[in-house]
Amino acid sequence: MSEELVNIEVDGVPVKARKNAMIIQATDEHGAYIPRFCYHDKLSIAANCRMCLVEVEKAPKPMPACATPVAEGMKIFTKSPKAIAAQKATMEFLLINHPLDCPICDQGGECELQDLAMGFGRDVSRYSERKRVFKDQDLGPLVSTDMTRCIHCTRCVRFGQEIAGAPALGTIGRGEMTQISTFIEQNIEHELSANIIDLCPVGALNNKPYRYRARAWEMTQAPLVSPHDCVGTNLHGHVLRGRLMRVVPRANDAINETCIADRDRFSYEGFYAPDRASRPMVKDAGTWREVDWETALETAANGLRQVVREAGPGQLGVLASPIGTLEELALTAKLARGLGTHNIDHRLRRVDFRDQAHEPVAPTLGCSIAELEQAASVLLVGCDVRKEVPLIAHRIRQGAVRRGAQVAFINPRPLDLRFPVVAQLTSNGYGMAQHLAAVLLAALRAAGKPAPATVAASLEGLTPTSQHEAVASALGAGELKVVLLGALAQRHIAYAELRSLAQALAAVTGAKLGYLPEGGNGVGAALAGVLPHRTAGGRPVPNPGLNAADMLAARLKAYLLVGGIESGDVVPGVTTEASLKGADCVVAITPYASEEILSVASVILPSAVFAETSGTWVNVEGCWQSVAGAARPAGEARPAWKILRVLGNLLGLPGFDYSSSEDVRDELQRELAAYAGAITVGSPFAAGRLASMDVTREVGIYQVDAVVRRSAPLQATADGRSAAAPRGGNA
Amino acid sequence: MSEAHPHDTGEALSAHVREEIDHWRTKFPADRPRSAVISALHAVMHEKGHLPTESMDAVAAYLGIPPIQVYEAATFYSMFETRPTGRHHISVCTNISCMLCGGESILTHIQRRLGIEVGESTPDGRFYLKQEEECLAACNGAPMMMVNHVYFENLTPEKVDRILDDHK
Repeated sequence: MSEELVNIEVDGVPVKARKNAMIIQATDEHGAYIPRFCYHDKLSIAANCRMCLVEVEKAPKPMPACATPVAEGMKIFTKSPKAIAAQKATMEFLLINHPLDCPICDQGGECELQDLAMGFGRDVSRYSERKRVFKDQDLGPLVSTDMTRCIHCTRCVRFGQEIAGAPALGTIGRGEMTQISTFIEQNIEHELSANIIDLCPVGALNNKPYRYRARAWEMTQAPLVSPHDCVGTNLHGHVLRGRLMRVVPRANDAINETCIADRDRFSYEGFYAPDRASRPMVKDAGTWREVDWETALETAANGLRQVVREAGPGQLGVLASPIGTLEELALTAKLARGLGTHNIDHRLRRVDFRDQAHEPVAPTLGCSIAELEQAASVLLVGCDVRKEVPLIAHRIRQGAVRRGAQVAFINPRPLDLRFPVVAQLTSNGYGMAQHLAAVLLAALRAAGKPAPATVAASLEGLTPTSQHEAVASALGAGELKVVLLGALAQRHIAYAELRSLAQALAAVTGAKLGYLPEGGNGVGAALAGVLPHRTAGGRPVPNPGLNAADMLAARLKAYLLVGGIESGDVVPGVTTEASLKGADCVVAITPYASEEILSVASVILPSAVFAETSGTWVNVEGCWQSVAGAARPAGEARPAWKILRVLGNLLGLPGFDYSSSEDVRDELQRELAAYAGAITVGSPFAAGRLASMDVTREVGIYQVDAVVRRSAPLQATADGRSAAAPRGGNA
Repeated sequence: MSEAHPHDTGEALSAHVREEIDHWRTKFPADRPRSAVISALHAVMHEKGHLPTESMDAVAAYLGIPPIQVYEAATFYSMFETRPTGRHHISVCTNISCMLCGGESILTHIQRRLGIEVGESTPDGRFYLKQEEECLAACNGAPMMMVNHVYFENLTPEKVDRILDDHK
């Protein structure tokens, strides 16, 4: 991609800049800092704070660097007396109404206004009149407000319009009494809403749960990866005395840019829930007893060993949450197989496994996350994309709004989307598959191709409507086209048919077929072999074990639960409690000792949550991201990979001598490299005739895993309140 | 695409207001419904005397724009009122020319006579003394005021009293 360049001069240094770039973009790339408040490279240009005034040769007045395009031969002075004078004057105006309450402001120490006031402010204010004040507003449980501090940069307003697509904040009033407000008291309800906390350059919008808890300079910062969805969102954890105090975005343009979902930001509040397991526990004749680690691990190992010895390894079922680290997933798989069972699964909410042998080794996106934004057309099948993977929704929305991407949905119900779509085809149960089949039929007809044998039966008797044809023709045009199967599809009773049809549709239209697996490590779990039919790297198992649903239905004698699995994590209706209660031995490696876990488990091995352990998450693009962990595990909790390592050793299994989580990861990586290319995925599944049936399995945005379910601020949002389902654990 | 408007109470705009909005919509590009906000709000103001939140929401829903964008326009422009006001709107110019010619004493006179401050309405609902933001562009007749969009120029306290008496 060659771009046209122009020659400019910044503070006497000749620089090449992209044609039509604004001065501030050119100087940012060049490394010359220009102060700013309203400019943000992910938002439109407002040019209303005037902090970025610079001197431009031959221009009579200082020019706003954020709104002045570069031109050939332009000479820019960012630090000339004229520029500095203009910046200082702007700063004086901005400070007229800004309160001097930095000592009680959470933004203190990490405040753009404070920083720039140091650089450009006067020592003494010449303004002695009264400052204007505003009443604070209640924007909901996530964002606190101190609107008197606002300098009207309108970043939050532009975020609402451009990123969220749901503007709730606006500039109300005029002149000195201009204020950023919702006008009528209302919460800002959006899955990305809390990003305005980071965007706000002053202390007007702040993190409500974190309010007055710590100071920026007291905390240490550590990189983290969010485990709650398949994006692998990059985070920074801020830790004070071993405790995670807050989470902020870690910029990564390839993955999350500068945004994170509210779920990623506030889930940590669930770490310190009252039912956090802090000591190992063993159930003796129905009574729980806190014990030391040695006793608990011995009891767990003996329990598992006994069932395997007496009833055979087929009576052991292993369930692992896909939010865990790759290392704990790999060790879970190794432990299960070491004990001789293939009854192991991480696809906890799935019901249809007929097609599992033909699924790809790793359920990845088919393109990179950034490429998704460039796609000409995206069809999402069974995906409440805003709630399942908010940052994927953001990318798709950007494509639709900025580049006119043609987006369509096939779902159980219409979604509240904030962008234009070609169609939302809605129907419950098999009707979803029928819609997909009709789109496929329309695409086949448009291409003049016969139906592939694998899906022919599903296409019988269908007549595509104009909507189906519109979706098919949207997929027919453009360079990058993507068909995505979301969580609702993967939990669908006819997932096998949906997948076959989607595969055939991708083949006929030249689209990529992608998946949005549940949990932050759905891809990692598949690669690590946390599957009944495949070992690490996707090598098929000759006699597959029981899948998650069958394991619970079969009422086995022993279960190993890894990663805080509760009834909210598995298929509703499956009698989790009954199956687990009937077992002789249930070993729960879990961060939480909820009533429910206490009622079914026989041993509780308290494990660390995501920010308390080192480990790796493999995101939906297949990108491996390892982090070292940030916070101290609560009480005596230990990282799950260490618990599994000791358990493996106690069980006398070979190859459990790891000294670090990196060892586990590197071993898996070597295994994957050795298998590469040797994997064959079986012949395609033959989709059957589509009968009608009414099943929907929805899981709320803040119900997806044990940590999120315990985050009080997230549960206080509209999404949290409306989804407070009876089966959501003790959320 | 229709977006959810949480505060759209379904209150229909009157046929006349709809007609008015439709008329103004034709004057702007079809994909820029926001351009018609001010005209739409004028139509509602004429009918209701002020802009109840429900009416602003109805305008937003009718134009297919987020309600906040209607609130922004309604609170920015001084000719719009978002709260109920007195029947007759009085705006006294106190900008430079009028100030030099005694506009401020005219304002004080009105305040004393009506017993209200700028921004308030009389308790009997007859008069509303508006905050005047800018010059009303009638410097040749300073001091001046505007009552219900009608200009009254070269004011004296006696003349003001007569004008107020004429507005029942």
